[in-house]
Amino acid sequence: MKTKNEIIKTLVTKRCGVIKPDSIEEFIGAGGYQAVVKAFSMQPEQIIGEVKASNLKGRGGAGFPTGIKMDAVLKAEGSPKYIICNADEGEPGNFKDKYLMENDPHQLLEGMIICAYAVGASHGYIYIRGEYGDSMTALEKAIADAKANGWLGANIKGSGFSFDVMVHSGAGSYVCGEEFALIESLEGKPGRPRNKPPYPTTAGFRDKPTMISNVETFSNIGIIVNGGGEAFKAIGTETSAGTRLISLSGNVKNPGVYEVPFGVTLADIVYGLGEGAPDGQKIKMVQLGGASGPIIPPELLDIRLDYKDLADEGISIGSGAVIVIDERFGMMEILERIMKFFCRESCGKCTPCREGNRQILNILNKFIACKASEEDIKNLTSICNVMCLTSFCGLGQAAPTAVLTTLKYFGGEYTGRLAAKS
Amino acid sequence: MIELTINNRKVSVPEGTTILDAAKKLGITIPTLCYFPNQKTKANCRVCVVEVDGYRTLQTACSTPVAPGMVVKTNSPKALEARKVNIELILANHDARCLECSRNLNCELQKVANQAGITDNPFESVLVMQDIDDSSPSIVRNPNKCIKCGRCIEVCRDVQGLNIIDDAGRSADMGVVPTFGKFLNDSNCVACGQCAVVCPVAAITEKDEIGVVWEALSDPSKRVVVQTAPAVRVALGEEFGMAPGTPVTGKMAASLRALGFDDIFDTNFTADLTIMEEGTEFLTRVKNALTGGKATLPMITSCSPGWINFVEINYPELLDHLSTCKSPHQMLGALIKTYYAKKINVKPEDMFVVSVMPCTAKKYEAKRPELSVDGIHPDVDAVLTTRELARMIKQAGIDFVNLPDEDFDNPLGLSTGAADIFGVTGGVMEAALRTVYEIVTGRELPFDGLHVKPIVGLEGIKEATIKIENPVADYAFLDGVEVKVAVASSTKNAKVLMDQIAAGTSPYHFIEIMGCLGGCITGGGQPRSADPDVRIKRLGGMYSVDEAKVLRKSHDNPYVKSIYEEYLGAPNGHLSHELLHTHYNKRGKA
Ligand SMILES: Cc1cc2nc3c(=O)[nH]c(=O)nc-3n(C[C@H](O)[C@H](O)[C@H](O)COP(=O)(O)O)c2cc1C
Ligand code: SF4
Ligand code: SF4
Ligand code: SF4
Ligand code: SF4
Ligand code: FES
Repeated sequence: MKTKNEIIKTLVTKRCGVIKPDSIEEFIGAGGYQAVVKAFSMQPEQIIGEVKASNLKGRGGAGFPTGIKMDAVLKAEGSPKYIICNADEGEPGNFKDKYLMENDPHQLLEGMIICAYAVGASHGYIYIRGEYGDSMTALEKAIADAKANGWLGANIKGSGFSFDVMVHSGAGSYVCGEEFALIESLEGKPGRPRNKPPYPTTAGFRDKPTMISNVETFSNIGIIVNGGGEAFKAIGTETSAGTRLISLSGNVKNPGVYEVPFGVTLADIVYGLGEGAPDGQKIKMVQLGGASGPIIPPELLDIRLDYKDLADEGISIGSGAVIVIDERFGMMEILERIMKFFCRESCGKCTPCREGNRQILNILNKFIACKASEEDIKNLTSICNVMCLTSFCGLGQAAPTAVLTTLKYFGGEYTGRLAAKS
Repeated sequence: MIELTINNRKVSVPEGTTILDAAKKLGITIPTLCYFPNQKTKANCRVCVVEVDGYRTLQTACSTPVAPGMVVKTNSPKALEARKVNIELILANHDARCLECSRNLNCELQKVANQAGITDNPFESVLVMQDIDDSSPSIVRNPNKCIKCGRCIEVCRDVQGLNIIDDAGRSADMGVVPTFGKFLNDSNCVACGQCAVVCPVAAITEKDEIGVVWEALSDPSKRVVVQTAPAVRVALGEEFGMAPGTPVTGKMAASLRALGFDDIFDTNFTADLTIMEEGTEFLTRVKNALTGGKATLPMITSCSPGWINFVEINYPELLDHLSTCKSPHQMLGALIKTYYAKKINVKPEDMFVVSVMPCTAKKYEAKRPELSVDGIHPDVDAVLTTRELARMIKQAGIDFVNLPDEDFDNPLGLSTGAADIFGVTGGVMEAALRTVYEIVTGRELPFDGLHVKPIVGLEGIKEATIKIENPVADYAFLDGVEVKVAVASSTKNAKVLMDQIAAGTSPYHFIEIMGCLGGCITGGGQPRSADPDVRIKRLGGMYSVDEAKVLRKSHDNPYVKSIYEEYLGAPNGHLSHELLHTHYNKRGKA
């Protein structure tokens, strides 16, 4: 077994718990905002080139290459351009963005300033989940201090570049984390996704080119600019660069936020960092990513944290949640809770998600009551597949993941609950 | 041009074309439900999904633009299965009692369900029955049929500029409801019925009056008189598979007779009469204005009840601008129950007047207490939309398409071409100018084919200027005057002209307004159509009916002349005022 120190790598969290988060002086004293100065000495294309070379992928869940996104915004016609930080973090089981905002808020601002400069944006918004009062306070203080010290506002540090950031409190629904629903909400409309294309990079906030990225994604930008893209790419694995913040929760002895490099195994996280289930329990299943993520058996925990390795198994870790469930809990009850969540959170716009979630819930209830039939397994599978294939946005596409993966890995739990044939 | 492959066949289409339209070019129809021509992409029903190589998920054909080299399969097992499941999911939350539904055999959901081969639904019904909103005399909302496609929301908000209905709630609770108040009648709905025209299912419909009409027809003590609005005759045929815009006046008259109506009259007759009344009213106002008297100008037409609802609600302080003329079918109802009743010696209370209208707002209008000959009996007893008449014809088993043509009854069935064009935007104004210009100058309106070119067509707002030269002696005061007229259709466009009036900047003397875009041809009671060019085709139909007539000016209608001589006296005279004119109510916003 690896020790904790062998598993952890502090890159994005290096200042967390080390400096006082509400002190811009301590942030600068620990090397903060140097990346901004360096970026101003570079051409926008050069900065984007470094981000591309770093192989950084978005940490919000979908894993889209950040450099390509920045390039698209830079090249898109239209002004002004906008930078939006997605800090909605509404997926149950995720709390790492909160950790970053409350422990190193300036690092996020630093990343946003560099991206704004690189893509030519003049305004930025941080859309923070409504429940995150402390994060909002931390960022508002950080923005005020950055302004007072010339790191935000007009003509930042004499560069001729101007950029302003505002904090926006979220509307409280999970779908508002979806990029277009977030943009709609920011525009004062009900949070419902928009049709794509066009993508936010060409027609985002107020129909202008917009870079929308996750808190952790922006927090990596300063590191890439300081150390260069190649150095960043060297961290992790061939196919996945850098580190991930893991929100570890559920039945583990040591829950919390951990930063690990790509390449560690899920077992390293669950047993090495979390120290396994408490009270001598056995781990029954682990859900990755949050409510919309796959549920896997402990035997699969040897998989490496790596985009490709996970994809080869048909799963992903989303925004980095790892939720451990021990044998005291029933799978069906957990699935029921998850599907109730999606029944509540679906925006209602499209057929498969609006109607599918509750049909899934109905069928699950038959299994819970041991009244299900073979036909129900077939119908359940078919709704889940159609939701994945045809839902308008990622919410409906991912909502049935837990059911689908349990059908795959825990099929016995379903067949064991079929109504006895008379 | 972009080349792609659909179902193994190559096709080239311009950039920006959707997969749906590209497939259409190959003669491949992909089932759709939320898609509607000339509306924004909604992509919420997920019925039109197709397989596109290289994509993990299925793509919606209605919203996905083509790309070079794209390989599309519209009928792969995966696409077919997904389409079917999505339709089954809709049906599991739908009050699918088709046999008891006004949309039976004329329903888009039914059609796609049939195409998808749905025989029994594996999903249990999750429908929670909600109350039907039948508070409005014109429109019924049945939430148990709504599939949340959003077409009605768009037409009300973007075409009518009203936003009376919108989606509310989330997830399973998501529904389409009035934005203000619980019921449609508490809202600022103008009853135009545009929402009912675009609804793919029976979730928004006209209030059905077929029952009361059958009842009257079977009551031997009732003399049941029917009248038909101009726009009905170029659209009714569509309900029987005929091309949009095909005039079916003769078949319509024949089918009404076959249904058992005692007298078949034409609202066109009172359209001609309206021109006499409204033209006279206009000239009186202009004369007062130009000779130092008091007169409210511009004068605005009043034959579109959706528009009247709109102005009473939104511009109660400007009601004096409206012509006091009742709308033509109300005029005819009043004449039927007085002039005609006397002529045939039937008591007015034994007469039952049915109007067949392209309009849902006429249903509300007919229920206005002020539109009554004696304060007790309404001018018009029942209003059927074009769609309802088609349903009655089908119920009666009449072979509409093969009916030999018949005529209207006289005297209230004869009309000029000027009356026909009441059915299109610009038509009332043109008809009025044909008569007013001739009264004032003694000469025919100087436009090719009598068509006032600048106000012909489907644009939402149009205007024209007519210079008066060498008027007859009575109108010498008009010499050299440039009469400015404007025409607007849809309440959204009406608002533009009304705001000018409110601001005191309106340059016009006379304005025609119709509540629906394009005029009555696309009224809320007309056949539903997926043809993107349906407006222009019906418009063409209306003008062709006009041009086919010998008499094309309202003042040339011989029966109009004789009804003044025999009964009414002069236009705007005492009896006219009693029977043909009305007043308006300052309603204000809810
Ligand atoms: C239902 C739903 C919820 C989402 N919630 C979040 C969220 O809370 N935070 C986030 O960063 N991304 C969220 N996303 C992903 C965003 O749509 C988007 O991909 C992301 O913000 C892009 O940032 P990235 O490239 O840095 O990952 C969500 C997506 C969906 C479909
Ligand atoms: S999948 Fe459809 S219903 Fe679900 S949240 Fe997205 S758009 Fe709304
Ligand atoms: S709306 Fe269509 S599918 Fe629904 S009951 Fe009526 S006819 Fe049937
Ligand atoms: S009848 Fe007209 S005003 Fe009323 S809701 Fe429908 S479209 Fe809107
Ligand atoms: S009422 Fe009709 S048009 Fe409106 S959303 Fe429902 S189904 Fe669509
Ligand atoms: S028709 Fe394409 S999604 Fe509804």
